[in-house]
Amino acid sequence: MSSMIKKCVFFLAIAALLLPAIAAHAQIDAVSFEEQRISVALRGEPPNLNGTEATDADSMMVLGHVMEGLLRHGKRKLEPGVAEKWEMTPEGATFWLRKDAKWSDGKPVTAHDFVFAWRKAADPKTASEYAFIMYVLKNGEAVSIGEKDVTELGVTAVDDYTLKVDFERPCGYFESLTAFVTYYPIREDFYNSRGDRYAADAGDLLFNGPFKLTDWVHGASLRMEKNEHYWNKDGITLNVIDIPYITPDTRARFNLYKDGKIILTRLDSETLSSATKERYKIRKFSDGSVFYLEFNHQRDVPGNLNFRKAIQAVFDPQVFVDKVIALPGNLPGYSLFPVYLKGVDDDFRKEYPAKKAKVDVGQAKEYLEKAKQELGIAEIPPLVLLSGDTPSASKQAEYLQGLLKETLGLEIKLDKQIFKQRLAKMTAGDFDIVAAGWGPDYDDPLTFADLFASWNENNRGKYVNSEYDELIKTAVNSVDPKARMDAMGKCQDIIFGDVAILPQYERGLTYVTQSKNVKGIVRRVIGADPDYTHARVVQPK
Amino acid sequence: MWFIATATFMAMHAVPGDPLMSEKAMSPEIRKNLEARYGLDKPVVMQYLIYLKNMLSGDFGISFTQENRLVNDIIREHFPISAILGVLAIVFAAGGGILWGALTALYRNKAPDIIIMFFVILGVSVPSFVFAALSQLLIVSINKWTRTSILPVAGWGSIVHMLVPALVLGLGTMAFLVRLMRSSMLEVVSSDYIRTAKAKGLSQMRIFFNHQLRNAVMPVITVLGPAIAAITTGGFVVESVFAIPGLGRYFVEAVQQLDYTVIMGTTVFYGAFLVLMVIVVDIAYAFVDPRIRLQ
Repeated sequence: MSSMIKKCVFFLAIAALLLPAIAAHAQIDAVSFEEQRISVALRGEPPNLNGTEATDADSMMVLGHVMEGLLRHGKRKLEPGVAEKWEMTPEGATFWLRKDAKWSDGKPVTAHDFVFAWRKAADPKTASEYAFIMYVLKNGEAVSIGEKDVTELGVTAVDDYTLKVDFERPCGYFESLTAFVTYYPIREDFYNSRGDRYAADAGDLLFNGPFKLTDWVHGASLRMEKNEHYWNKDGITLNVIDIPYITPDTRARFNLYKDGKIILTRLDSETLSSATKERYKIRKFSDGSVFYLEFNHQRDVPGNLNFRKAIQAVFDPQVFVDKVIALPGNLPGYSLFPVYLKGVDDDFRKEYPAKKAKVDVGQAKEYLEKAKQELGIAEIPPLVLLSGDTPSASKQAEYLQGLLKETLGLEIKLDKQIFKQRLAKMTAGDFDIVAAGWGPDYDDPLTFADLFASWNENNRGKYVNSEYDELIKTAVNSVDPKARMDAMGKCQDIIFGDVAILPQYERGLTYVTQSKNVKGIVRRVIGADPDYTHARVVQPK
Repeated sequence: MWFIATATFMAMHAVPGDPLMSEKAMSPEIRKNLEARYGLDKPVVMQYLIYLKNMLSGDFGISFTQENRLVNDIIREHFPISAILGVLAIVFAAGGGILWGALTALYRNKAPDIIIMFFVILGVSVPSFVFAALSQLLIVSINKWTRTSILPVAGWGSIVHMLVPALVLGLGTMAFLVRLMRSSMLEVVSSDYIRTAKAKGLSQMRIFFNHQLRNAVMPVITVLGPAIAAITTGGFVVESVFAIPGLGRYFVEAVQQLDYTVIMGTTVFYGAFLVLMVIVVDIAYAFVDPRIRLQ
């Protein structure tokens, strides 16, 4: 064998492995001051940019930048959007639209565009998952189940710039609904010109928000550019929000952040520990979701009040958050109502403080004895705790299993399921206790309170309490903020006294951001999050 | 193909839950509207027949999660990306595998052989997601150290975006091929016709390329077909780590989300692709081995 061949093969072999290193490539950084551009990453491809059908966070993040409702979410409170001023009565509302609000093709945004979009959202043919959010409109429910024609929906364009809304029942939180995606306008002629393709690609959408979508490569990238036709374009500093990366992999996004390619990324427990080690400044933010144990009230044991009280008396949310979840940002759960919710004048939880159960194992054992007597059984049979299968959900379920065994001697069988299967089992009532959670749909405590009304489909443990139902009716029908909040304050007490559910924690998220380069990013619980609308790139020093 | 389609359909419907299930419960009316839209209101047998009929005309319907995209569009847009990545990975794997394999055989039991085989064992036993994460971390460190962006951390668009992911994706196959090539080469080197060739006084170069390599490469080509299919379809983790919009990601996400139409579409498509690759390999075989050629 000649050495020449050996050498030849050897070099080829080396080349095969080192080829990637030959290429050099200039890439774009996360920010540009001159261009006023930022780059970010998305977790997933936005599944649906048709506002009447969108339900997920990624779609809402994009839509929140490129669309605008009658009102919009400001930094802390609601601000005028397309509507310049408005008037609310118990029977309905009137909105006067600004005349300089324009679509991205330069044509004016009119009241008809809202009527068209809202009818689409309620139309059974659209089959929007969020159709229920239109139920506050007169005939909203009847339209969505096909009993009435869409033209009977309680919204009319008095003229091009006046929109009149009729309520099915008084709605004290309607203003916040008008900032929600399902209530965004759609222009009829454009929609019809696109047919089934509406919102399928960047060119199949028309925008009325601060930005417009100029490029959308499915699964790969999106690009939003400043909308020159936006009525408040002078109030917008950013020219480009670039989304060159879409990946569900948190570690990959964190690597992109470290490489200076994106300005913000959320952390999970793994990347959080790397980020802490590498001395990144960790930011926290509460995402508005509450997690709790839901009891199956239709079954004997979890349906027994003293049994539930026993569990309440051994469970300490503070310990749960500190020792079990052990991630910054999470708050101990003492109430169904998260702390950020607004009450009458101040925070809801300040006006109506949540009661806290005292952790007392002796007391808990007494409750358990009482429960056994009432149920007429000597021993509590093994119970099924249904939970998610993620590492964190498993850890939490295992902690509860251990806690209840040690303190009360209860046998708990864990049933860990992937998302859809867990939902299927929850809906079928196939559990004794389930670890569940809820995120808000709109900016009012009612989005949480009505969960445990006896008629609510999300009341998977089938908790029934006629007093609670009455209070919810008050909260739904009254327009007096005090009366509404009082009712929901009482709901909070009933849930505590009845242990209808057992709150565990309010979810917090951690993230890192290039705060030195970019100012004005807003994190929010409802609406587009993160919100870059008023962000600006500062001059590098 | 019919078998794949039917088995997938049955398995999919046997899983508890359905694609319309979401965190927030729907009122029966809204659910009914959605079921009507996707044809889920019909009995399962009817759904199956409709689905078979549509499949024959090449229509897989619309996705449940990507609500206004056709499954056909998803396959059309994202499969080429997986395919490019897969082909590049196979080029790395086959090129590297054959050459390194030949090399180990030539240096049998000497230092290069031992070193390469050590890496081969590493390559076979370490899963691609570990390599993916490690290589990405390495890129970040290199970029930081050199204060430039020599290689992109993730993303898609140009040839440089493909190199590292393709290498990572092909690594396992490359390692496997090195071993295959090595044993096959060892067999060839000691065979009679090589001795004959040497006796004829042929040049070393001709013996190596025309006789040794060409004969030793046969078993490698046999496994190449399934390997191409496996690499092209199995890139889920690599696609996810490097933010590449390939079909693998859609496939796995569809299974997690119980997106019936996408599961059906991609499974049937992948099945067809695998069959096609096996046929292609059979044809390629004939080119390399004259004995197999049809008269």
